[in-house]
Amino acid sequence: MLQVEAVDKSFGDFMAVNRANLTVGKGELVAVIGPNGAGKTTLFNLITGQLKPDRGRITFKEEDISGLPPYHICKKGVARSFQIVNIFPRLTVFENVQVAVLSQQKRSSNLFRPAQNLAVEETNSILEDVALSDKIMDIAGSLSHGDQKILEIAIALGNEPELLVLDEPTAGMSPEETFATMGLIKKLASTRGLTILFCEHDMEVVFSFAQSIMVMHQGRTLIQGKPEEVRRNKEVQEAYLGD
Amino acid sequence: MFRGIIDLKSLWLIGAIFIILLILPPIIPRFYTYILTLIFVTALLAMSLNLCVGYGGMFQFHHGVFYGVGAYTVALMLTKTSLPVWVGFIAGPIVAAAVGLLIGWFCVRLTRLYFGMLQISLGSLIWAIAFRWYTLTGGDDGIHGIPMPSLLSSLNSSYYFILIILVICLIVLYLIVKSPFGRTLQAIRDNPERCEAVGVNVRRHQLITIVIATFFAGIAGVLFVVLEHSVFPDLMFWVLSLEAFIMCLLGGWFTFAGPVLGAAIMISLRTFVGIYTEYWTLILGIVLILLIFFLPEGVMGYFLEKFKPRAKEVVERSSELNVAG
Ligand SMILES: Nc1ncnc2c1ncn2[C@@H]1O[C@H](COP(=O)(O)OP(=O)(O)OP(=O)(O)O)[C@@H](O)[C@H]1O
Ligand SMILES: [Mg+2]
Repeated sequence: MLQVEAVDKSFGDFMAVNRANLTVGKGELVAVIGPNGAGKTTLFNLITGQLKPDRGRITFKEEDISGLPPYHICKKGVARSFQIVNIFPRLTVFENVQVAVLSQQKRSSNLFRPAQNLAVEETNSILEDVALSDKIMDIAGSLSHGDQKILEIAIALGNEPELLVLDEPTAGMSPEETFATMGLIKKLASTRGLTILFCEHDMEVVFSFAQSIMVMHQGRTLIQGKPEEVRRNKEVQEAYLGD
Repeated sequence: MFRGIIDLKSLWLIGAIFIILLILPPIIPRFYTYILTLIFVTALLAMSLNLCVGYGGMFQFHHGVFYGVGAYTVALMLTKTSLPVWVGFIAGPIVAAAVGLLIGWFCVRLTRLYFGMLQISLGSLIWAIAFRWYTLTGGDDGIHGIPMPSLLSSLNSSYYFILIILVICLIVLYLIVKSPFGRTLQAIRDNPERCEAVGVNVRRHQLITIVIATFFAGIAGVLFVVLEHSVFPDLMFWVLSLEAFIMCLLGGWFTFAGPVLGAAIMISLRTFVGIYTEYWTLILGIVLILLIFFLPEGVMGYFLEKFKPRAKEVVERSSELNVAG
């Protein structure tokens, strides 16, 4: 479904992503791992258009999407969440998700109907799925960190994506919250038929949830394969799982 | 059309204010009728600006230019052509919006402060044209004695005309703010990067907002000519843009009606303090500093916050948070 082929991105002289490759098949749960600064976030930014690749090709459903602006890529069915909480802090929880749903329904430019009565069902159903129903009228900026991370995912769901890209969906969460969140993500993937690409620092989480793992190191792809293959790989053990 | 977006209590309050404003002119001195009318005109300017500033989070630093363009357009059409009056009235906002589109097209390509700085430069260019092109615009002197139809020749009739137009514009602006377009605009204000990631073409959305806002600024410009029968380059000078900006901050830029209140306060200040001193810009600076330190949510925002339980529906945004993005 998603193919990343030999993609480069440098900031000045520094190669943040260096000939990275990644394959995500339909319906898969794929993880990208790598130490801090490996280039995971940069890779995700290249996929969803926040950054443009210097070289290489990114295709989604056989269509070249490299270098398209984010809103364009989103319309093609790729939605994402961010590592650092990235929500609409002054809007309510409901409005946060509704903005995405309205955009999905191509209603963002509608000028003369009260927004309040539009996209209500879809928005509520998403908030129910992620268990934020009791906080819909809260101002998003006042939520706890954990709830804000969940809201991140809920906003992305508003676009009814086929591919959901999650950049450290559990960053800053306690171990229990982390497992609950990963469980939620897995459930969403099956009920909504999503393909999921995520990155995560907790190895235990990665190896128990992901069907395929790509290991990044200094911008390079070391390997992509099934969890067992990755665990056995010498290079990975040295570079990353070494200790 | 309004179902669910306005509560009964606010509606009563607005109705009462409107009725009071309707019966005032015959019973108050002429001078106060004039000041009230000037407040209406300026309120529309501030409201249109707040669409960009409060709802869109854009640094629309030189909004006065579009007000001036609207005013000059109608002034020139009424003095230099023999077209019917209403053509001039319609041309004012359209030309203002066209200039808004042109300047906005460049500005939305930049972010934040750079947006504001570019707008000041491009806006000053237009001011300079009005100032220098003596044969067309009358330069420093401006254009005076602009003929108005007899229906609008008395102060009281202009008062009613301007009040009605203001009310219509406020209703339209309210609908826009409450529409999906307005909601998306507020999302862009909060977080443009995220908004783009949910499929919104942020620049296009901002540009449409600028066009709408400058259109309404153009209407305000036309109303100014209806009131004053004259135009002068000061309408496009940066001081007026700064005043309009302060009106939004002062009244409460996160509330819908805040800028109206801001306009009322500023015009009163300028009228009753300004005449005793030449240091009007100094006063402006002081007001701005006091605001930033003591009333960051503006007067309206402050009171809505204070009487929160009663005015819950009216509070657009809570001020609990200090994170803006
Ligand atoms: N906009 C930028 N300008 C310059 N350097 C950048 C930029 N963004 C990222 N980098 C650098 O690129 C490298 C990769 O960063 P990236 O955020 O992609 O890593 P990451 O794998 O997501 O790390 P983490 O696990 O800490 O989130 C880092 O060394 C970072 O300093
Ligand atoms: Mg990262």
